[in-house]
Amino acid sequence: MLIGTAKHSYRADEALLTTSPQRLWMAILLIALALAPLALDNYWLYLACLVSINVASATGLNILTGFTGLVSIGQAAFMAVGAYTVAVLEARTGLPFLVNLVVGGAVAACVGLVVGLPSLRVKGLYLAIATIAASFILHFVFVNWQSVTNGNSGINVTPASLFGVELTDYVHLYYVFVPITALMVLGAANLFRTRIGRAFIAIRDRDISAEVLGISLLRYKLLSFAVSSFYAGVAGGMWAYFFRVVTPESFPFIYSIFFLAAIIVGGMGTILGGVVGAVFMTLVPELLRFAVEWLTTIFPNAVTALSPIRTIVFGALIIGFLIAEPKGLAEIIQRIRRFFHLWPFRK
Amino acid sequence: MSDLLFFTEVTLAGLGAGALLSLTALAFVLIYKATRVINLAVGEIVMLGAYLFFAFAAGLGLPAWVAIVLSIAGGGLVGAILERGLIRPMLGENPISVFMVTIGIGSVVVGLVELLWGTEPRALPAFLGNQPIFLGEAYVSRKIAIAFLVSAVVIAGFVLLFRFWRGGVALRATASDQAAAYSCGINVPGVFSVAWIIGCATAAGAGILLGSIGGISPAMGVFGLSALVVVIVGGLDSIAGALIGGLLIGVFEAWAGTYLGGEYKIVTTFGILIAMLMIRPYGLFGTTEIERL
Amino acid sequence: MSAPVSLKPHRGAATQAEAARKGAPSGAAASLEVEGVSLSFGGVKALRDVSFSVAPGSITALIGPNGAGKTSMFNCISGFYKPQQGTIRYNGEDITRMHPPHRARIGFARTFQNIALFRGMTVLDNIKLGRHAHLKTNILDAFAYWGRAAREEMELRRDVEERIIDFLEINHIRNMPVAALSYGLQKRVELARALAMHPRILLLDEPVAGMNREETEDMARFILDVKEEWGTTILMVEHDMGMVMDISDHVVVLNFGEVIASGLPHEVQGNAQVAEAYLGAGEPAAIKEKIHKRASVA
Repeated sequence: MLIGTAKHSYRADEALLTTSPQRLWMAILLIALALAPLALDNYWLYLACLVSINVASATGLNILTGFTGLVSIGQAAFMAVGAYTVAVLEARTGLPFLVNLVVGGAVAACVGLVVGLPSLRVKGLYLAIATIAASFILHFVFVNWQSVTNGNSGINVTPASLFGVELTDYVHLYYVFVPITALMVLGAANLFRTRIGRAFIAIRDRDISAEVLGISLLRYKLLSFAVSSFYAGVAGGMWAYFFRVVTPESFPFIYSIFFLAAIIVGGMGTILGGVVGAVFMTLVPELLRFAVEWLTTIFPNAVTALSPIRTIVFGALIIGFLIAEPKGLAEIIQRIRRFFHLWPFRK
Repeated sequence: MSDLLFFTEVTLAGLGAGALLSLTALAFVLIYKATRVINLAVGEIVMLGAYLFFAFAAGLGLPAWVAIVLSIAGGGLVGAILERGLIRPMLGENPISVFMVTIGIGSVVVGLVELLWGTEPRALPAFLGNQPIFLGEAYVSRKIAIAFLVSAVVIAGFVLLFRFWRGGVALRATASDQAAAYSCGINVPGVFSVAWIIGCATAAGAGILLGSIGGISPAMGVFGLSALVVVIVGGLDSIAGALIGGLLIGVFEAWAGTYLGGEYKIVTTFGILIAMLMIRPYGLFGTTEIERL
Repeated sequence: MSAPVSLKPHRGAATQAEAARKGAPSGAAASLEVEGVSLSFGGVKALRDVSFSVAPGSITALIGPNGAGKTSMFNCISGFYKPQQGTIRYNGEDITRMHPPHRARIGFARTFQNIALFRGMTVLDNIKLGRHAHLKTNILDAFAYWGRAAREEMELRRDVEERIIDFLEINHIRNMPVAALSYGLQKRVELARALAMHPRILLLDEPVAGMNREETEDMARFILDVKEEWGTTILMVEHDMGMVMDISDHVVVLNFGEVIASGLPHEVQGNAQVAEAYLGAGEPAAIKEKIHKRASVA
């Protein structure tokens, strides 16, 4: 326990950030995020936008899998639902893009409710497999519901516009996506300060006891699916405005595994974990690219090995973290924090 | 050709494919029964088995039967390494974590195969012959018929082994209660290793058959997903379930693929899965888990 | 095996019951009637035609040898099992088929035989969780943590701190993860969580099982305080006969799924059938003698 952090009110003790170093670091982070585009070139801005999208979706999956204990391997499919919704709305209505994003999230949430139905009868691995099934069925719908999804050729998305500015540059998109994602992460953090978040965790830890304590499993399992898919839907909507074309192959099955890997590597059941994991897992393939490009100076055809190496590293990270650090990067960060609390008084 | 004859041929082809599904599902069930691990990497082990055969038969030019033996042994070796190195450290962890480890393993295997052999699809050297077989008037592809026969023999062998061999009894004891089996002097870690070795060897064998029918590519591991559906439908811990579930899914996929169109295959499979989960979550022959407070 | 029936002198249980009946604040305490409840699992009859009632504001103990059906009865009352026959009434209302979360809303709370705390949460969050059914925050409030959600959480925190944490003397552990606590403290946190539900009837499943004497006495004191200060009706399953005889107003004895005796603690103690259930058949007088001897030695 920390000393010197006494509080005078319950409100102060229940705040999200309870110590002044925490508040300082958060302020630094926010300022850095606000100023980052001044320092980043176009390629890194592109990556920053992608990271932002993935953080939003991974945080959603973390609510469902990390906090509620319902394993889903279908997050990418829910993103696809959001992306298609946004693409269709953009093409056929003149609604502002923020409305489209919210509707995209809402439609994904409704689909999530349906996909979540098996969670009332089965759990654990069976549920995970049901979500696999659901994502393949959704893929089938995207390919075959020609009149809406335009089949395999997909839908082109016109750029979003805000205050008359077309959001085509990565700088513009950055300033739209990052605040949206930040709000979503804040919302998730708030959720776990209230009865709803507690109910989710209770279901994860002991579902049957939770029911006897007054938590309706039906309502909260489905709610968790809906919230998680809403996050995926909004993230998918951002994805659509980012890449500006949505096809059935935009959201492959491996992308769902990517999100599960992100929250495992980051740390399941902590908000920080979802964020850090998504950042890390999005950037690792890029770091590998630099490594391989450097290798080409020695082995000229190392480039062909890039894709397989990414696949191998992806799997190895999942295995490595599960075996060596099951609580993920978030736990490593906490450990570093604890170290510096005592530093330099401890060897 | 009459509709009925065509229907029979489609069904027979479905049974052949189903037998392969059963064989792969058997690898799932074997590992699940002994270790309570759902090994999602089974599909990738199938793929690896096919590539090993390719390497031995086409790469080194060994005779087919030597290549078959070596690839099956290779599959078993991979199983032993995976169990000892990655699964055993996870003993006692949350089953979901172990499941995710197997997903990671799958990814690593795919990456390695792509690194070694590239991503483009290849054909295996022909060793099963091509002359079609006729059952009455119905045409059956020779490869599929052989796959069916081999699967049937192997599965029958397993059933006998499970019933009568001492190791099989130890395996069943471990399946019903790990701690109790351990305290009765059964070498539970040994059983784990054996289950993984046999399971992965079986999967590698299934891979050779599958590859010789449809060619090989690093993406052929998705076959594992169909096999996963089979074990859910049949019951995760039931050998009979794997057998019957495999044939059922094989036949349904063949019907859907022929009469509705190829793209309906996977939807049919997963549709059956969802229906099964809603109606009988623990499968046709699976053990129901009882909830306790 | 369960502890033998102890014949330790009990302090005026009958008068307490009387006091409770007269002085119970109307509306706060609740009555419970179990009538002809039968429950079977396959061929095993766990409960056969069980009837008893729990007076408002009293402490009723449900005792019996292992496997007598006590926990099954508890699970029927808290809604986890649905009995095949019979009715369970709460303040006169039939609740036999009521959904467990709904029971929580109308005033049921329980603790569990094998501690059922949520390991991923701190003590404070575990206790707060108990209040769940009485809170109103919806998902939009929760995201914003503004207005209602924040207000409700602050009220909850104050209530939990000032009414429960102080009362149960667990101030020092409020921010600890529950997994780090000793068994006795975990049991106390479970009681705290049940109290956070603002129960009108509290079901305690073996509240002192596995505790040492000091912890048992603390727990007994808390249970009595809950009854006296809040007038909560309490039904408990317990093997510790010393404690049962000390604090309960009414005792119901189950054996092989049937009620074999009920009444005031000392009445039950003298009951030959009860002695037989616990000790096996024999001459009641001789058994009584034996127990007396054992009690005086101890």
